[in-house]
Amino acid sequence: MTPLIRIRHLSKGYVRGGQAIPVLLDIQLDVMQGEFVALMGPSGSGKSTLLNLIAGIDKPGSGSIEIAGVDIARLGEGALADWRAANVGFIFQFYNLLPVLSAFDNVELPLLLTGLSSRERHQRVAQVLNLLGLNDRADHYPNELSGGQQQRVAIARALVTDPTLIVADEPTGDLDRTTGEEVLGLLDALVQQLGKTIVMVTHDPKAAARAGRVVHLEKGVLVDDQPA
Amino acid sequence: MFLFKLLLKNAFRHKLRTGLTVLGLVVAICAFGLLRTIVDAWYAGVEGSSSTRLVVRSNISLTFPLPLNYAERLRSVEGVRQVSWSNWFGGVYITERNFFPQFAVDPATYLPLYPEYKIPEAERLAFLRDRQGVLVGRKLATKFDWKVGDQIPLRGTFYPGTWTFTLRGIWDGAEAKTDESQLLMHWGYINERVRQSARGRGRGDVVGVYIVGIDEPANAAAVAQRIDKQFANSLAETLTETEAAFQLGFVSMSEAILVAVQAVSLIIVVIIMAVMANTMTMTARERLAEYATLKALGFPPGFVVRLLLGESLLIAAIGGVAGLLLTWPLAAAFRSAAGTLFPIFQVSNLTMALQLAAALVVGLVAAAWPAWRMGRIDIVNGLRHVG
Repeated sequence: MTPLIRIRHLSKGYVRGGQAIPVLLDIQLDVMQGEFVALMGPSGSGKSTLLNLIAGIDKPGSGSIEIAGVDIARLGEGALADWRAANVGFIFQFYNLLPVLSAFDNVELPLLLTGLSSRERHQRVAQVLNLLGLNDRADHYPNELSGGQQQRVAIARALVTDPTLIVADEPTGDLDRTTGEEVLGLLDALVQQLGKTIVMVTHDPKAAARAGRVVHLEKGVLVDDQPA
Repeated sequence: MFLFKLLLKNAFRHKLRTGLTVLGLVVAICAFGLLRTIVDAWYAGVEGSSSTRLVVRSNISLTFPLPLNYAERLRSVEGVRQVSWSNWFGGVYITERNFFPQFAVDPATYLPLYPEYKIPEAERLAFLRDRQGVLVGRKLATKFDWKVGDQIPLRGTFYPGTWTFTLRGIWDGAEAKTDESQLLMHWGYINERVRQSARGRGRGDVVGVYIVGIDEPANAAAVAQRIDKQFANSLAETLTETEAAFQLGFVSMSEAILVAVQAVSLIIVVIIMAVMANTMTMTARERLAEYATLKALGFPPGFVVRLLLGESLLIAAIGGVAGLLLTWPLAAAFRSAAGTLFPIFQVSNLTMALQLAAALVVGLVAAAWPAWRMGRIDIVNGLRHVG
């Protein structure tokens, strides 16, 4: 079976003050469709950089990142933006909702990049909000929602385009334990019930334990890869 | 629609900041319009001049008179249709603050040269019959609340003594640019009194300028040349020019001031541009993470650019339209306060168009740099801006 994500000889580094600083070194990683993978490691291990590269918001130094057969490392900026719009759902630690838009409008935002009509968009948004139990919060603005509710809106936004892949960067990092558990339960449900593929960065071993597989990085090197 | 909703909400996210920016724009656009209107008012005489009238004056200076007997010789010049003359009277009505232009004219020949002065026939005839009668423009009559039949005393300056005239008629301008702030009196009456007075001996039978009517505006230069040639090498050589050029000569005396006024009006626009650019730069910096999020979701850089430019243009348009609307009542108040200082004081269509254009240019330029930067923002660095 062909993996959804196929990473080969991936390296990435920065140059600061004339000095080359390696961040990722010769990463090899396969992720199958429907997997829930947690990327763990200490600060500076390169896990967020790896997530950014998988999400197509950063460019590798060398190597390839094939997602559903497309080597995104070779895509130009415009093509990469189109690819992200069609294939990636983002969940951020601080939700990154637009404060001037209601929950409904925030969820509708990624659909503006699709060819759907206004009516179709509204139907899709209503379905997703219903799925996440946010019907009664549709007209609320982010500052009128709790952290957990905001993260659920962000999950709805990530889900609404039915992406190939969902990337989550510390999705429970700004939440209390109970709310964090609820959010992880939702992510788990997306994998179990909808067959979504999720790659999540986390510091929290308990959050990582909810994933089906945990990948450890240290100093830019993939040091461990095993089921949770 | 979604984009418009988003930029509308963004524009009023910080109500105080947006309100102050709009206020600044209103003041700047209004000041720009008013200053331009003042400059226009200065040139109003030029605008209102006729292309079929020439003004003949002494070649030495406007203060040197021309002999009355030039009139007949002017009539004989080829291309000349009508000839009349006028003298600056320069009287004071109650106080010097009540300044308005007064001319002693030859009514029978003068009025036909100025068809833009619309006078009721009865009033025109009454004026022609009464040598102590005067005609005034509507604006002047309104200012002093004069009515036909009122006595108007003027204290002479060039022509000493107290002169009392009777208002015989009021003219309305055929167009908005027609001067309605003047007073016309009988040159013959003034000339007679001057000749009779001991101090005025030797000062009679002279005129300040001749006004010459021609058939074709295209012949103006040729006719002017013929006139000046006619009086070359005489005791009082002439300088003939179109009425517009004559009026422009007055305006050019204060050209430095006008240039300064125009420069100030542009500087005001540049200042508000800098203020608004600062506002938009702050706005863009605050929303760095939002723009990075939009780009991460797949929105192209052009969307971010449109968001910032659109927001800036929206704020500029609100300020521009409000400034434009406020210009009218302010111009009316200024016109009222200035009295007859400016015969014509109105906000022109061109000024209104320039006000709106200035507002839009301010909006575009102010957001150009932050929009360009945000369009090129690195997503990863932008997302780090959160928290």
